[in-house]
Amino acid sequence: MKLIFEHSVAGRCATAQMPHRLNSLDDLPEHLLRRDEPLLPQVSELDVVRHYTQLSQRNFSIDTHFYPLGSCTMKYNPRACNSLAMLPGFLDRHPFAPAATGQGYLTSLYELQQILIEVTGMAAVSLAPMAGAQGEFAGVAMIRAWHDSRGDTARTEIIVPDAAHGTNPATAAMCGYTVREIPTDAQGNVDLDALKKVVGPQTAGLMLTNPSTLGVFEQQIQTIASMIHHAGGLLYYDGANLNAILGWVKPGDMGFDVIHINLHKTFATPHGGGGPGSGPVAVSERLVPFLPLPRVGGESGHYRMLDEHDCPRSIGRLSGNHGNGGVLLRAYIYARMLGGEGLRRVARYATLNANYLMARLQQAGFDLAFPKRRASHEFIVTLKRLKDQTGISAMDFAKRLLDYGFHAPTTYFPMLVPECLLIEPTETESKATLDAFVAAMIAIAQEAQAQPELVKTAPHTLPVRRLDDVRAAREPDLVWSVGRECAVR
Amino acid sequence: MPFIPHTPAEVAAMLEIIGAPDLDALFDEIPADLIGPPDAALPVALNEMEITRLMHDRVAQDGRWLNFIGAGGYEHHIPAAVWQIVTRGEYYSAYTPYQAEASQGSLQLIYEYQTMMASLTGLDVSNASLYDGASALAEAVLMAVRAHKISTRVLIPKTVSPIYRATVKTIVAHQGIEVVELPYDPVTGTTPVPQDEDVFAALVIPQPNFFGQLEDVDGLTDWAHARGAKVIALVNPMTLGVLKPPGQWGAKDVSGAPGGADIATGEGQPLGAPLSSGGPWYGFLTCRTALVRQMPGRLVGRTRDADGNAGYTLTLQAREQHIRRAKATSNICSNQGLVIAASTVFMSLLGPEGLRRVASICHANTRALTAALSALPGVCQLFSGSSFHESVVQLDRPVAQVLQGLMQAGILGGYDLSQDYPELGHALLLCATETKTAADLTRYTEQLAGILSMEQTA
Repeated sequence: MKLIFEHSVAGRCATAQMPHRLNSLDDLPEHLLRRDEPLLPQVSELDVVRHYTQLSQRNFSIDTHFYPLGSCTMKYNPRACNSLAMLPGFLDRHPFAPAATGQGYLTSLYELQQILIEVTGMAAVSLAPMAGAQGEFAGVAMIRAWHDSRGDTARTEIIVPDAAHGTNPATAAMCGYTVREIPTDAQGNVDLDALKKVVGPQTAGLMLTNPSTLGVFEQQIQTIASMIHHAGGLLYYDGANLNAILGWVKPGDMGFDVIHINLHKTFATPHGGGGPGSGPVAVSERLVPFLPLPRVGGESGHYRMLDEHDCPRSIGRLSGNHGNGGVLLRAYIYARMLGGEGLRRVARYATLNANYLMARLQQAGFDLAFPKRRASHEFIVTLKRLKDQTGISAMDFAKRLLDYGFHAPTTYFPMLVPECLLIEPTETESKATLDAFVAAMIAIAQEAQAQPELVKTAPHTLPVRRLDDVRAAREPDLVWSVGRECAVR
Repeated sequence: MPFIPHTPAEVAAMLEIIGAPDLDALFDEIPADLIGPPDAALPVALNEMEITRLMHDRVAQDGRWLNFIGAGGYEHHIPAAVWQIVTRGEYYSAYTPYQAEASQGSLQLIYEYQTMMASLTGLDVSNASLYDGASALAEAVLMAVRAHKISTRVLIPKTVSPIYRATVKTIVAHQGIEVVELPYDPVTGTTPVPQDEDVFAALVIPQPNFFGQLEDVDGLTDWAHARGAKVIALVNPMTLGVLKPPGQWGAKDVSGAPGGADIATGEGQPLGAPLSSGGPWYGFLTCRTALVRQMPGRLVGRTRDADGNAGYTLTLQAREQHIRRAKATSNICSNQGLVIAASTVFMSLLGPEGLRRVASICHANTRALTAALSALPGVCQLFSGSSFHESVVQLDRPVAQVLQGLMQAGILGGYDLSQDYPELGHALLLCATETKTAADLTRYTEQLAGILSMEQTA
């Protein structure tokens, strides 16, 4: 498809969007002004609307396709959450407008804080982090601040299981810690013997996702928590999989000291093709003074953002404003539409869907990574046997699923399971959709035997055939320029 | 059950396939003492009609204001098409485009965005966004230090937003980076070429700066380059239709290096994101090709498919956390995808001429307002030299008191600088974008005149 620049005609513009005149800039020094013209398209409003509408049709999305992407919680994003968060009064409010002009907004955020405190079993929360990874950063920075505040400065290591999201070790490194990775045992639990060997006076903390990215609940969590606490470390909960236990198990009760929550997963805010996310961070009592700023404080009718004067021991600010406010509103609206009972139903039906899909696939002959375990809200199929027999890889299989109208599950993560598909159906999908997905999986498994080329060269029905990633990395083409070849050979 | 489609009959059939007696059994691997009862403290469910009423009541509580605050977030007209297009489910409810063949819409859009931002800033490449301007500046600092390899000192002028400086400190705190703040000239409100002669990795140059003043970007760039340091341009992209782009700052060729800033970053909000109490906005980051492997965040590249046709995919992922883990350039994963989609549509609708016109009218409006206010007794413009679409005026009484008075008239009069810059006295930062009419400027001027004509209360 053409690029927007290739629709450009010199002298054309979207007239209704133009201010009526160009004002003089004569008072500005000549040497500070721009002489060349930036490469922006010169197109009509219809050109723009048609181009970006047509482009949108080249995307899979939750609204158009089943999207069982493991560890990403691609559940339905209720439309009311969007339309109500986009009421003009919310959109027009300046972040530095006085608190008195934002009591409706701040009340919503304050109540969201209360809801998050309740479901996590923590003492306080900050809504400031703008994504999960920033929540992790805040969490680990608070762990460091807590140790420092006690003069306990010899702790240099953060322990991370090998199944963890890549953000965990990357975050620990950003906070100046060395990462100690520990293996997983055959049942998908943390290898306690390996953990014992690395825990010690150098341990600042441990980062854990529970249920883990292997799709199983870490059953020894209380033992792990006491081991880490006994050594003087703190426990970080990666909330990426909170959807699995929402309303049933509180991370605070498992012994965690810090948790981030991905609102763009568990609280149904949109992923938007990559973001914006939101990663509030909640803590137990001893870490409250260190929470990042700003936080919503005060009382009904007089809510305001707490700053450095209110919270002098805070780790500080993570952004120019208050985090992703519009995302927070969407999460709040979602939580209110579900209520306490509805939030608890989320985990129950997400787990039902995952276990049903897992059972159906197992009965259809697929290998499970952990066949003896219950699925949490997600589970892993390994295609290693199929790969050995037919040469069809998990990637081939995933691409062929696209032809059947299903977004692929997460592939090749977690890395310790070979040829894996990490499948997370979420609670918002119906049995009929899950059955159709099983049928597609069975059909592709049959194709892998009968017509392996068909699977190896998939997809066949999408706007493009399989893309050459090696070429993309070897000869990076990251921006277009005038005179460059058109989009089609 | 809101957003859960299951009927009792389906649940029964599913449990039978699973071989579980009931739903409770699905949690039988969780230690029983961890499972809690239903939470009575949580509110009861509201249906869509009820939540609609509630949110309308909430937003009505907040009122509507005539806003003259800038200070990093700017009120601009956003064409109706922008958010109507990007809230289409195909953009709104898609994930990060890891399955490239099923995500060509988002990917091509990001490639177009990268092209626009690189051109706007006059640099070679752009990433696919960071969280916001302040955190993007922190990432730019880390990137420059990685690229410099020798020094970990970074110079940041005090004419950079105090909140940005605070954010940088939080994010780089544990990576051994020394942030040195540079003073400003109290007459011009700009940063003089520093006297600092120690080795440093990078100099941040804001343009326009936090006071709205235009810095001597050429002199500062050449000074930093002559000392082997990187230049990080912190710019408002809305101004780049008319202001010299960072890639052209300074001399063309200093000690063999290409002229211009090495990295440009800033807040993308002015290009199509609503103020929205501060987010979601986005941070942009562009740089010279030589620095691309030091970049944090996602990048989209154009490549070929199996038939030789062009297509788009995420690329150079060996920099990122999901591949590199503890050795990644940053821990960033989610970015601000939907907001840059809005920005891309916004920039397409405005085009080069629209961007120029909007910027020129913002400049003219702020000039006109500043002149009108400065003509009042008790008000003077604080800095000499050129400002763009914000300016600082000094009042004869505490700013907070004056802003309170303006609020009585429905006006948000600007940003009170006296907390962060007490040395400036009763200083007020104000901004009049293209959204303000001549009547709005008159209303502000008359209201302020009325307030200042009253005896000072304290």
